[in-house]
Parts: sequence; structure tokens; C-alpha cells
Amino acid sequence: MDGKKHISDQYERELQDVKESLLYLGAMIEKAMGKAINALLERNSELAREVIAEDDQIDQLDVETEEKCIRVLALRQPTARDLRFIATAIKINGHLERIGDMAANIAERAIILNEEPQLKPYIDLPRMADIARGMVRESLDALVNENVELANKVRGDDESIDALNEQIFRELLTFMLEDPRKIHASLLIMQIAKNLERISDHAESIANRVIYMITGKIVRHETPLKAQDKQIA
Amino acid sequence: MVNSTLKSEVRNLNFHYGDLHALKNINLPIERRKVTALIGPSGCGKTTFLRCFNRMHDLYPHNRYGGEIILYPDGINIVSPEIDPIEIRMQISMVFQKPNPFPKSIYENVAYGLRVRGIKKKQILDEKVEKSLRGAALWEEVKDRLYDPAFELSGGQQQRLCIARALATDPRILLFDEPTSALDPTATSRIEALIVELKKEVTIIIVTHNMQQAARVSDYTAFMYLGELIEFDNTDKIFTTPANRLTEEYITGRFG
Amino acid sequence: MKDLKKLIRYNKLWNYLFMIIGLLATMLGLILLCALMVDLAVDGAPRLSYKFLTSFPSRFPEEAGILSAWVGSFLLLLVTALAAIPLGIAAGIYLEEYGKKNWLTDIIEINIVNLAGVPSIVYGLLALGLFVYFLKFGESILTGGLTLALLILPMVIMATREAIRAIPNLIREASYALGATKWQTVQWHIIPYSTGGILTGIIIGLSRAIGETAPIITVGALTFIAFLPTSPISMDFPFVSFKWLMDPFTIMPIQMFNWVSRPQKEFQLNAAAAGIILMVMTLLMNGLAIYIRYRFRKKIKW
Repeated sequence: MDGKKHISDQYERELQDVKESLLYLGAMIEKAMGKAINALLERNSELAREVIAEDDQIDQLDVETEEKCIRVLALRQPTARDLRFIATAIKINGHLERIGDMAANIAERAIILNEEPQLKPYIDLPRMADIARGMVRESLDALVNENVELANKVRGDDESIDALNEQIFRELLTFMLEDPRKIHASLLIMQIAKNLERISDHAESIANRVIYMITGKIVRHETPLKAQDKQIA
Repeated sequence: MVNSTLKSEVRNLNFHYGDLHALKNINLPIERRKVTALIGPSGCGKTTFLRCFNRMHDLYPHNRYGGEIILYPDGINIVSPEIDPIEIRMQISMVFQKPNPFPKSIYENVAYGLRVRGIKKKQILDEKVEKSLRGAALWEEVKDRLYDPAFELSGGQQQRLCIARALATDPRILLFDEPTSALDPTATSRIEALIVELKKEVTIIIVTHNMQQAARVSDYTAFMYLGELIEFDNTDKIFTTPANRLTEEYITGRFG
Repeated sequence: MKDLKKLIRYNKLWNYLFMIIGLLATMLGLILLCALMVDLAVDGAPRLSYKFLTSFPSRFPEEAGILSAWVGSFLLLLVTALAAIPLGIAAGIYLEEYGKKNWLTDIIEINIVNLAGVPSIVYGLLALGLFVYFLKFGESILTGGLTLALLILPMVIMATREAIRAIPNLIREASYALGATKWQTVQWHIIPYSTGGILTGIIIGLSRAIGETAPIITVGALTFIAFLPTSPISMDFPFVSFKWLMDPFTIMPIQMFNWVSRPQKEFQLNAAAAGIILMVMTLLMNGLAIYIRYRFRKKIKW
């Protein structure tokens, strides 16, 4: 946070600590997402099992971060930007934990897919995964740097994810119509795409919270497009 | 804002203690039957400002007012030299930083403002004393010992007695100058609950060092710094998303 | 560690040393006072009797009494109190509550403090000129009483001001904030709350006045009086008389002085006996002052 430091160093450190916990959690989640996607693309079930195992650590960190936030609320009675930061941190923490769960979901499905022959070369899925990861990273960057523009960009990125998801869905539908034996694998891939789409939704939510934290305006029920228009205007 | 909801309006108020320019061009609306809190660091002028409302500064020499504090609905200017300060104090009561009951009985403390107004009839005095003590949430605790000395009450009770004393004269505005700074947390909570209750009947202005208190009891908050009004807004706005950087630094504890 | 103990021992040594010096200094005063009182008591006690209090002075030591002296002292104090109390309190209240703080009040303040330190004989000279020669009150109880009133006036004013200053400003503000005028505040708060302090000051002033001799001699009190002043109450209309104010008088210290200056040993004993009575009166008055202060302190808390 820019501006002056707190009179109480301790308080300052506590807020810093919450922030660092969030960033650490974010880093773990990005790693988990990367590993889960690689497990699928490289047909590496070992990697996938690592992701599932590491989800416990993510859950653990999620609980710790929330406890830190509640401690600050109880002991410091934060106001204004500190209050907005802590309230945002609690929410973002929840979103990150959900994203972690989805990475584990993807890993689970990758293990099953790896048992079967590869349906087709993955093209759209890795693109989608890249965008989703980028959104998570950028939403956290926006938090660190208190960057409204970056947060608004994240909110816009959701559009392309939705488009890719749609495209994958249609493509898999044709596979399934052509050959009923491919239905199982197709459904699994669809679920993975759905998970990625939901990850991007969480990233968008994080971006919304970041905008609230910085400006005090609650934007999550405005469509991102409108927000983008405003940005352009 | 529509005038009918305003109890008072401060326009370009300036105040000097001798050569010291203590309040600088203050503009502020005071909403009827709402609690307006004045916050800011020590020496920012919030108590000085509060004491303009009942002309307490007239008790001491070398003090000068400029600008206006209009009292609605009659539109008189409280700080005008043509207005007798006693006329103002008859209409605007004050509760002080430390409980300051007179060393008299509980009854006489509450009745004092009425005696000043020449009311002598026992029946009227009795009624008013009871009503004011009830208003200050003290009646149940003292009704059996109205003629005991006020100093036998606890600090919190003494402060509520002072509130009853201020209420007895049906004030149009009630001023609180850090009313809980000498009280323990329980007594503080009771006074705060009382303030929220009182605003149904009377317009309240409160100066407080305790920002959480301002957040808890007030509808509007004014942040003052170095004799100037920095920001004024709804209390929840000030405490979640203040517009001014100084306000934010002060209420988050970054003043240094 | 050892050095520290040594240092503490050394520091404490000085502590004890001062304790002993202080105790001796305190005891010295007390012992002298006790010796004086015992000496007076031994000399005077045998002479104390009802007759001693109800007899006029006489050429014969064993028949002499202090009737005219204590009546004179009493009436003198009455005049002193009646004159000094209202004047002193009013002046004190004015200076504290009404007077603006400027160079004029500063000068008045310094003067009052200085007046309290002026030798009493100077007051006697002033009174001689003012009351005896100018106002033609004669060598009367009125003159004597007013002289002593002048003498204790600064004390009363200062006591009043101190008592008023002890009232917290918050109490004044509470009163003014309810719309009270200055007089309402003074009448309902300032005077009642400072009464204890003011009374204490007055009594201490009076107990000083009762022992004053010099100014009373200066204004011409007699040393040998074998009659009482006119009674203030009479059987005939209008029942009250102020003629006593203009009567000549004597007072206890003068009576004592008169006896001491005589050659006969018996008169010395009379003087000692009168001294006991004067001392008892003074102690009683001081005791009363302490009691009043205690009572008011208990009644008023801030």
C-alpha cells in the first residue's frame, strides 16, 4: 500500500502479513494450475497426483490467512482502506481456495484421461488454461500494485474464455455425435474446460474485489463490458 | 439539502483566541435529530468549534467569532455579537468531558437549569426532574435517593446525571464534549446507547477522540485538522471510503 | 552488587540524618510552646475562678478580674466581624469572578498581599487619623473594631479568593452552560461551595485580631476600666441600643499588659490567668476553624 505507514508498526506488519499470505497462496495456486494442465498435456499422472496432494497445503494456508484477517478485524478494528483491504482479503482468500480445488479437479480428470488413448491434440484447451492463469496472476498483480486498469483488463478477459469454452463444447459435441465411444473422454474434457471457465470467473471476482478495495465502489454487478466502455470513454 | 431538515448551518465560521486563528472558514450543515460527530487530532479545533455553539468562549477574554452559525427554524446567528450568549445557552445544552455534577443533591442538579429560568413550582420541577432522569436512563437507579448528594453516584451515573441536567431545559441542540473520556467501557457503552436513543428527540453534536465511538453513534462525521474542516460526510462513507487523503490517514491510524 | 549496597547505605544515611534534624526542629517549637503553656498554667491556674471572670479590675490583686476586658474583646470582635466579613467576601468575589484580568487588578492584588504584611501598629496610626480624628468616632469600641477589621480585611479577601479558586472551572462552566448569569452562578455555586474556606479564613483572622494590642492602644483603648459598656438590649422601647458602640473599652491583652507592668507579684499571676483564658479562646477558635473545614470538605467533592 502506498502512502504513510501506520503509527503502530505491529499493525503495519499484520496487514503486510495478510497480503503476503494471499500472494503466497496465489503463487501456490498458479503452480497447481500449471501442473494440472501439464499433467493433461504431457499425459503425466504423477504430476497430477502431486497437484491433488498439494491441495491440502492450499486448504491449510487458506484457513491460516482467514484467521489472520479475523484477528486484525477483532484486534485493530480497521477503518477505511484498511477495512476495505481486510474485507477484500477474506473474499479473495475464498476465491483462491476455490481455484485450488478446481486445479485439483482438473488433475483428477487428467488421471482418468491419461488411462485412455488421446482423443485429439489439445489446441484450445491450453490456450484457455493460459488465459485463465494469466487472469489469476494479473488479478493478484492488480491487488499488489493497486492497479485499477489491470483489474479492469482481467474483467474483460473473461469474454475470450467464454468464447473458447463455447468452441470446445461445440467441437466435442461433434466428436460425441460421430463416435459414442468418445463420449466418456469428451465429457471429461468438457468438465476440464468448465473448470477453467470457472477459474476465470473467480479471477474476475478477484479483480472486482480489487477495484472495490482501491476505489470503494462495488462493481461486481456491472457487466465487465460496461466497465470497459467506461475505461475507454 | 432541503432547509427543513437542517437544525443549524455553519457558514464561514472563523474563531480567534487572541492572535491565534483557531477555526478557519468552516462550513457545515447540522441535520435535525441526527448525531454529528467532530473528530480530529488533539488541537485540531473540534472542541473549540463545539464551544462556539453555546458561546462558551464568551466566558473568557480576547475571543473573537467571525462568520455565522445559523440556528433554524428562526434563523438567528448564534455567534452574532448582538445575540446575548445567555439566550443561546438557554436553548443549547452541553455535556462536558468530565462528569461535573454540582455538589448538591441529585434532584437539585437536574432542577438547576429550571431554577435558573425562574421555575419555582414544586410540581413542575418534580415532573421535569423525573422526565429528564428517565430520558437519561438514570431514573430507575436513583428514584429512591433523589435527595442524596450527586457525588455518591458512580462516574458513569454522574455523567448520565449531567445529561439529565442538560435535558431538563428541553434544549434544541445537545452538545457533547468527549463525554466518555473519563469513563470505563461499560459506562461508555451506556452513554453511547443513550446518545443514539436521544437523537429521536434532539439534535446532537459530539466531539470525540475515540473514532470507533464516532463510528458507532453518529450519522454524520466531520474530520477537522489544524482548525479546518477537511471532510464532512455520512459516517459510514467516512469510515469505509473517505474522499480525502488526510481523513483516510487519520482514521486508519497513519497520522505521524 | 556490593557497590550498589554500599551506595544505598550511604544514600539512606543522609535520609536518616535529615529525619532526625527535622524531628528535632519540629520538637523544638512544640516543646517551647508546651513549656510556655505549662508555665502559664502553673502561675495562673490558682487564680482562675468564676469570680475572676465576673470582677472588674481592682487595686487589690486578689479582687481584680477580667470582666470588662473579655466583654470588651468580645464586642470588639463582633464589630470587627460585622465589618470585615461582608467587605472581605464581596471584594474577594469581585476580584475572582467579576474583575477582568488587567494591570489594575494586578496592582490591587499585589497591594492586598502587601497589606497583609503591614505591621499592625501602622493600622493603628491609620485608624487614629481616620476614625478618631477625621470621622470623630472617638476612642470607642466602634473605632477599635473597625481598626481590627482593616487589619484582617486582607486576610479575609485572600481566604475568600483561595476558597473560590479551589472551585473547579468545570463547575462554573456547567452553570453558565445552563444559561445562568454571573450572579446566579455566584449565588448558587460560588458562595455555597467556598463557605468552608471563607469561614476558616475569617476565624483565623479573628483569632489573630483577638490578640492584637498595638493598634488598639494606638487608637486609645483605656487600660483600667471598672464598668461595662451600655447594654445592647434594654427593657424599654426600642429594646436594642447601639450606644455601646461609642463607649470606651479595654481588651484582654491590654488588661494583661497593665497587670504585667505592675510591681506586685500577685498581679503577675493575674496576668498569667488572663493569658490562659486568651490562649484557650484562641485555641477554641482555631479548633472551630478546623472543624468547619472538615465538615465542608466532607460535604463537597469535585
